[in-house]
Amino acid sequence: MDYGLLSSIIHAILVASTPLVFAGLGALIQERAGVLNLGIEGLMIVGALAGFATALAGYPLLMSVLAAALAGALLASIFAVLVLRLYANPVATGLALTLFGLGLAALAGSQYVGQAAPQVDTWAIPVLHHLPVIGHALFSHDPLVYLSILMAFVIWWFLKKSRAGLILRAVGENHTSAHALGFSVRGIRFLAITSGGALAAIGGSYLTLVQTPLFVEGMTAGRGWIALALVVFASWRPFRVIAGAYLFGSVTILQLHSQAFGISIPAQWLSMLPYIVTIVALVLISARGEKGLAAPGSLGKIFRVSR
Amino acid sequence: MTESVAIAERLSASSKQCLGVRGLSKYFGDFAANRDVTLSVDAGEIHALLGENGAGKSTLVKMIYGILKPDTGSMELLAKPYSPDSPSDAKHSGVGMVFQHFAVFDALTVLENIALGLEGRFPDEILAAEIAEVCDRYRLHVELNRRVHDLGAGERQRVEIIRVLMQDPRLLILDEPTSVLTPQETEQLFTTLDRLSDEGRSIIYISHKLDEVRALCDRATLMRAGQVVDVVDPRQESTRSLGEKMIGERLTETKRSKVSSAEKKKARLTVRVGDVYPESTRNVVLNDVYLSVAPGSILGISGVSGNGQDTLFDLLSGELILPNPDSIVLDGEPIAHLGVEKRRFLGLLGAPENRLGHAAIPELTLWENVILTARHTRGILKNDHLISGTSAKAFADEVIKTFDVRTPSLNAKASSLSGGNLQKFLIGRELLGQPKVFVVSNPTWGVDAKAQLFIHQMLMKMADEGASVILISQDIDELLSVTDRICAICHGRLSRTFPTDEMTPEHLGALMLGQEIDS
Repeated sequence: MDYGLLSSIIHAILVASTPLVFAGLGALIQERAGVLNLGIEGLMIVGALAGFATALAGYPLLMSVLAAALAGALLASIFAVLVLRLYANPVATGLALTLFGLGLAALAGSQYVGQAAPQVDTWAIPVLHHLPVIGHALFSHDPLVYLSILMAFVIWWFLKKSRAGLILRAVGENHTSAHALGFSVRGIRFLAITSGGALAAIGGSYLTLVQTPLFVEGMTAGRGWIALALVVFASWRPFRVIAGAYLFGSVTILQLHSQAFGISIPAQWLSMLPYIVTIVALVLISARGEKGLAAPGSLGKIFRVSR
Repeated sequence: MTESVAIAERLSASSKQCLGVRGLSKYFGDFAANRDVTLSVDAGEIHALLGENGAGKSTLVKMIYGILKPDTGSMELLAKPYSPDSPSDAKHSGVGMVFQHFAVFDALTVLENIALGLEGRFPDEILAAEIAEVCDRYRLHVELNRRVHDLGAGERQRVEIIRVLMQDPRLLILDEPTSVLTPQETEQLFTTLDRLSDEGRSIIYISHKLDEVRALCDRATLMRAGQVVDVVDPRQESTRSLGEKMIGERLTETKRSKVSSAEKKKARLTVRVGDVYPESTRNVVLNDVYLSVAPGSILGISGVSGNGQDTLFDLLSGELILPNPDSIVLDGEPIAHLGVEKRRFLGLLGAPENRLGHAAIPELTLWENVILTARHTRGILKNDHLISGTSAKAFADEVIKTFDVRTPSLNAKASSLSGGNLQKFLIGRELLGQPKVFVVSNPTWGVDAKAQLFIHQMLMKMADEGASVILISQDIDELLSVTDRICAICHGRLSRTFPTDEMTPEHLGALMLGQEIDS
C-alpha cells in the first residue's frame, strides 16, 4: 500500500466529515433538549452563504465563521418562535425551514456564484505533524477541523458534567416534569435551537470556506439530512456523532477513490450507504431494547403551558 | 431524636398557623373549579383534603403550589402574604409538592433526578452524602446510581419525596400518594410522614382512601363541587360517615339480586382452550383456560395484577385471536378466530383497564370517542363509510345524561375527564349498545366512592337486562358485592368457579395466591 495515498485519503476523509460533525452536533444539542429540527439542511446552506460572503468581503476566517454562526442562530430563532411560541408543528416547520433556507441562499447567493474564496491557512500542530503518515492525515488541518472535535468534547462535558446540561437533558426527557420542577422549558429550548442552529451553519460554512471554496445553489446536497440520521445513528451521544460522521465521510471519499481503483460499485449505492447504515443501526438499537440508547422522551412533542 | 427536636424548635419559631387560604376562587370559563375556598393548616399538622373526583382538590393545591393563579382570594404562609407566581416561587417560600404522576425523568439516575429539584446543585458526592443523611433521618431507602426507569412505583415516589425534603419545606403537599403503593410501602410512607409532622412540618394529604385519612390525619377539609363543605376530625368519624359527608348523601349498599336458576343453566359464552400465548412477551401466558358465563349473570375473575389478566382480556375481547374457532363459543357460534370488530357485531363488547389510550383516545372529544366503538348503532355510520356527527353527538349526549357523566360538554377531550366520569362514559357507551357479553377490566381503579357505586349499579343493570358480564378485578370487595360467580387467576391459570354466596374473602385471597389451582 502506498502510504502517501493512505495519508491523503485519511486527510480527505476528515475534511469531508467536518461539516457533518458540526451539523450533527447542532442537531444533537437540539434533540437532547427535545426539539426535532428538520431544518438543518436550510441552516447549513445559509451558513455556507454567510461565511462565504464574509470571506469574499476580505474578513478573516474567524469573522466568516462568526457570521455563519450568527446567520444560523437568527434563522433558527425563527424556527424557535414558530415552534415554541406559536405551537407550530415542528416537523412541518422544520421542513419549511429547509426549503426557506435553500431558497434564500439561492436568491441572495446568485451574485457570488463563480467567485472563489481565499485559501484558508493550515494549522499544522507542532511536532506531531512531522510524524509519518498520520502527521499529514491527522495533524495538518485547517482550524475548523480541530474546532469540530473540540466542540464534541465541549458538548459532551456540557451535557454530562454541567448543571445546565443536566437541565437541558431533563427538558428533553420529560418537558412536563421539567416544567413542574420550575424550569423554563421554552427558554432552554430557545437557547438549544439557536446554538444548534449556529453549529449547523458553521458546518455549512465549512463547505464554502474550506472544502470547495465556491458557492453553488443547493451545494449542501443532503448533508443536513445525513446529519439528522447521524444523530439517531449515534444514539444522541456526541462522540458517536464524530465516529458516525467519519464513517459517513469515509464512504463519500471511498466512493471517489473506488473509481480510481477500478472497483465498479455504482455511485448511487455508496450514496445510499449512510441511510442504510442508519436504518440498520436503528433496527439494532430497538431490537436490543436498551433504554439508555433511546431517543429523548419528549423529542418532537409540542410543549404547552397550562395556566 | 435530638436532631428532630432541634428542627422542630427551629420550625415552630413562627406562628402556629402554617398556611391560611381565604376566599380562593378559580374559574375555567363558566365552570367554577374552586369557589370561595377557605383552608387552614397548622404547623405540624397532617391535614387531609377529601372530595370526589372533580371536587376541586387538585385545583386548590395547584394554586397553593403556584401552578395555577387564583382569580380571587388571598393566601398566607407563615403569617406572611403568599401569592406564588410559579412552582419555583412556591419552593422558595417553603412549599413542596409530591405529584400523583411523578415528575421524574426515566433516563436519568436517582441522583440526577434529585439534583434537578435543587437549585444550583450538581449530582456529585457532596450531594449524595447529604441525600444519604436525609434518607437516614426519614428512613427512606433508594439507590442513588440506578436509573429511574428501573425503579418500581414506590421507589419513584421516594425519589420525589427525597427531592422535596432536600428543600427543607415547611409545607408538603402529597397528591394521592398511596394510589400506586403496596400496603408495606404505604406503611413506610406513613412512618416518614409522622416523622415530618413531629418536626413541625405541615402536610396536606389528598386521598380517596378514607381509612388512610382516619389513620393518619389530624384534620380533614371536605370539598364538594369546588366548595369547602366541612372541616372535621377524621378520628372522630367512621369511614362511612366520612364518605357520606364527602359525597353529601347516604351511600346505599349495593347487593346483587338473585338470577333465576333456569336462566343460569345455559351458558352464553364458553371459553375452552389450552395454552394461550400473548402477543407481547411482557404479558403472561395462559394455561388451560376454561370459563363459561350464562345470560343475566356476572362472573368475577379476581387476581393480583400481572397474573395473566391482560392476556385474558385480549383473548375475550378479540385483540388476541386463536386459530381454532371453537375455542370460544358465543351463543353456539364459534368466534375465537374473529377479531374485535366482528365480535362486537355479534354482541361481545369490552372495556379495557387502561381508560386513556386503550378504551378511549385522550386527544379526541367524547362524541368522537363514541364513534370508535358504537359506530354500528344508532345510525352513526351511514352507508358503512360516512360518519354522522349529529347521530354521534346525540348518542354521546344520551350517554352523558343517562349515566350522570360530569363534563362541561360533549366536545370535551376524553383526557379532560376525571377517571370516574370517563369510566361512567365508557361503560355507558357500551351499555347503550345492548351487549350480549360485556367484558370489563378493573372498572373502578382510581375512581372515587360515589362513581364506584354508580359503575357497580351499571354493571348489575346490564346483567339484569340479560347481558353476561365478565368482571376482571383486583378489588375483592367489589367482586364479592357485584358478582354471581367468582374465580381467581394466578400465574396464567384459572381456579375453579364458585358461587359468590359461598365465597369468603379469605377463601378468595387463597385462590388469588394460587392455592387450590391444579397444575
